[in-house]
Amino acid sequence: MWVYIVKRLLWLPLLLLAASFITFSLGRFGPGDPVRVMLGNRYDEQTAQRIRHELGLDRPFLAQYGDYIWNFAQGDFGESFRYRGQPVRDLVIRKMWVSAQLAIAAMVISLGVGLPLGFFIAHRQGRWEDPASVTVALVLMSVPVMVSVPALLWTFCLKLHWVPCSGWGGLFDPRILVPAITMGVPGIAGLTRLMRASTLDVLGQDFIRTAHSKGIGQMTVNSRHVFRNALIPIVTILAFSLAGLISGAFITETILGIPGIGRFAVESVFDRDYPVIMAITLIGAGAFVLANLLADVAYAFIDPRIRYQ
Amino acid sequence: MGVRELEAEVDRQTQRSRGHLARALARLARKKIAVVCMVSLAVIYSAGIFAAWIAPYDYTAQDYTVIRKPPSYVLDQGIGGFWTESHFAGTDRAGRDLFTRVLWGIQNTVILTLVAMLTGGIMIGVSLGLVAGYYGKRVDGFIMRIGEVFASFPDIFLVIIIAATLRPRILDWARALEDRFDLLDGLVRIGIVDYFVVSIALVGFGWIGMARLVRGQILYLKETQYIEAARANGASTARILSRHLLPNAIAPIVITVSIGMGAYVGTEIILSWLGLGIQPPRPSLGTMLLEGGHISVIREEPWMLLTPGIAAWLLILAWNLLGDALNDVLNPRTR
Repeated sequence: MWVYIVKRLLWLPLLLLAASFITFSLGRFGPGDPVRVMLGNRYDEQTAQRIRHELGLDRPFLAQYGDYIWNFAQGDFGESFRYRGQPVRDLVIRKMWVSAQLAIAAMVISLGVGLPLGFFIAHRQGRWEDPASVTVALVLMSVPVMVSVPALLWTFCLKLHWVPCSGWGGLFDPRILVPAITMGVPGIAGLTRLMRASTLDVLGQDFIRTAHSKGIGQMTVNSRHVFRNALIPIVTILAFSLAGLISGAFITETILGIPGIGRFAVESVFDRDYPVIMAITLIGAGAFVLANLLADVAYAFIDPRIRYQ
Repeated sequence: MGVRELEAEVDRQTQRSRGHLARALARLARKKIAVVCMVSLAVIYSAGIFAAWIAPYDYTAQDYTVIRKPPSYVLDQGIGGFWTESHFAGTDRAGRDLFTRVLWGIQNTVILTLVAMLTGGIMIGVSLGLVAGYYGKRVDGFIMRIGEVFASFPDIFLVIIIAATLRPRILDWARALEDRFDLLDGLVRIGIVDYFVVSIALVGFGWIGMARLVRGQILYLKETQYIEAARANGASTARILSRHLLPNAIAPIVITVSIGMGAYVGTEIILSWLGLGIQPPRPSLGTMLLEGGHISVIREEPWMLLTPGIAAWLLILAWNLLGDALNDVLNPRTR
C-alpha cells in the first residue's frame, strides 16, 4: 500500500512537467501576442519591445520554459500579464476561494436531493418511481448551462424578484442561488444512481435481515443500518469532487460574472495571460492526481480486499 | 446419439442462440424510451444534414418586416404556409428565421461531433485501449500515463486552450494553401478551418475515456480461457484482437459512445458559445444561445433562447437517455 502511494506521488512531478510543457508550447507557439493585448490602443513598437524584454518573452523557448519550471519549483508562479504587478499565486487563491464556496453550495444541492432520492427509489425497485426518477434526473442534467442559467434568471430575477440578475456576494448571499442550482442539478443524476446501487447492495446483506429478525422497527433499520452503510462508497466519490472545486464552472461563472477561477481561466486564455494559464493548469492537474490518489486510498481503507501494487 | 443427430442438435442450438448483440437489440427494441430516442436522433440528424433542402430561408436572409416575430403555430396560411411563410419558430432581432438558423446550427454540431467521435473516440481511443490492454507492461504504462496527463487538465480547459491557440495558426495555413493552389479557393469561406479546429480540440480530450474503458475490458478478457485456447490454436495477435477481444468488448463501447456523444455535443456548444467554434455568419447553436441568453433578450424575446435551447437540449437528452437504456440492456450487472 505504502509503496503504491509513494509510486503515485513520485509520478506527480512528471505529470505536472508533461502537462505544463503541453500548455507552455501551445501558448508560445500559438499566435496572439500578450503584449499587444496588454497595451491595446496604446501599442507602439518600442514600448512593446521593452515590455517583452522585461517579461523575458524575447528569450528562446526552452530557456523561458526552464525559467518558469525553476521558479514554480520554488513556489513562485510569476506575475500576471494582465493584472500587472500582481503575483499569480495571490490572484488564483482569491479566485479559488470564490469557486470553492460555489462548489460547496452546488454540492449541498446535489447531495441534498441525490442521496435521499437514491435511497428512496432503491426501496421502490421495479416500480414506476424507480426508472422515472432516473429519467427525470437525466432530463434535468441534459439542459445546457447556457440555457439553464438564463432560464433560472428569468424565474428568480425577472419574475419572482428574489435575487439580482448578476454579481457575487459570497456563500450566504441570495445571489448564489442561481449558480448553485445550475451546477448542483447535473450532479443529481449520477449521485441518485450511485446511492440507489449502494443501498440495494446493503439491503441484500445478512446483517439487515438479522436486524429485522431482532424486531427492530423499519425506521431504525433504515436510518441506523442501511443509510449509514450505503453512504460509505459515496464518501469516496466525494474525493473526486475535490478536483472539481478547483476547475470550477467555466461557463456558469462567465455568464453570471462571478469572480471565480472558472471565469478567470477563460479570461486568461483570451488575454494570453500565460502565467495564469500555466498556474491554473498545474494546480488543476495536481489536484486531480491527489484526489484520485485519495479516492484509491479511501477505497482500500474501506474495503480491505482491495490491494494495490 | 449418433454423429448425425449430434450435428443436428448443434445446428438447432446455434440457430436458437441469435448471438449476444442480436438479443440485446431485441431487448432494446422493447424499451419504449430507447426507441423514442433513436427515432428522435434519426430525425434531428437527418434534419441537420439535409438543412440545405429543409430550411425554408437562407440563414443570413434578413427580413425587416418581421423583426422579433414570436413563434406562431397558427396555420392561417394553410399547410404550405406553415413551412414557408410564417416563421413558425420566430425570428431574431435582425429578422432572420430562427428555424432555419437552428437547422444549420444542428448541421455543424452533428457533423463535428460525428467526426470527432469516429476519429478520436472510436479510432484512436479503441485502438490505443486495445494495444495497451493486450500488450500490457511498458506499452500499457506509456499509453495510460499519456492519457492521465491529458485527463488531468481541469475540466474542458485543454479543449479551450487548443481551440483558442490553434485557430489563427490553422487559418494562416489554410490561407497559404488557397494562395498556392487556385483549386482550393474558398477553403476558408466554407468554414473548413472551424471544423478542423473544433475536431482537433474535441479529439484531444475524447480518446482518453474510451481508451481506459477498452483497456480495462481487454485486461479482463485476455485472461479468459477462450483467448488462451485461441492462442494455443496458433491464432495471430491481429486475429485475437479483431476476432475475439474486440467483439467481446463491444457492449461497453456502445454505451460509452452514446453517453460520450452527449458530452461532445455539449462541449461543441460551449466552444462556439465562447466564440471558438463555428464563426459567424455561419449559424451555430452556441452563438445563438449566446445571443439569446442576454438578460434584455430573455425579458423581451425569450424565444431567441428557447428555439436553439430546445434543439440543443433534445440532442443531448436523446443521447443520454439512449446511453442509459443501452446500459440497462447491455450491462450484465444491472440487468
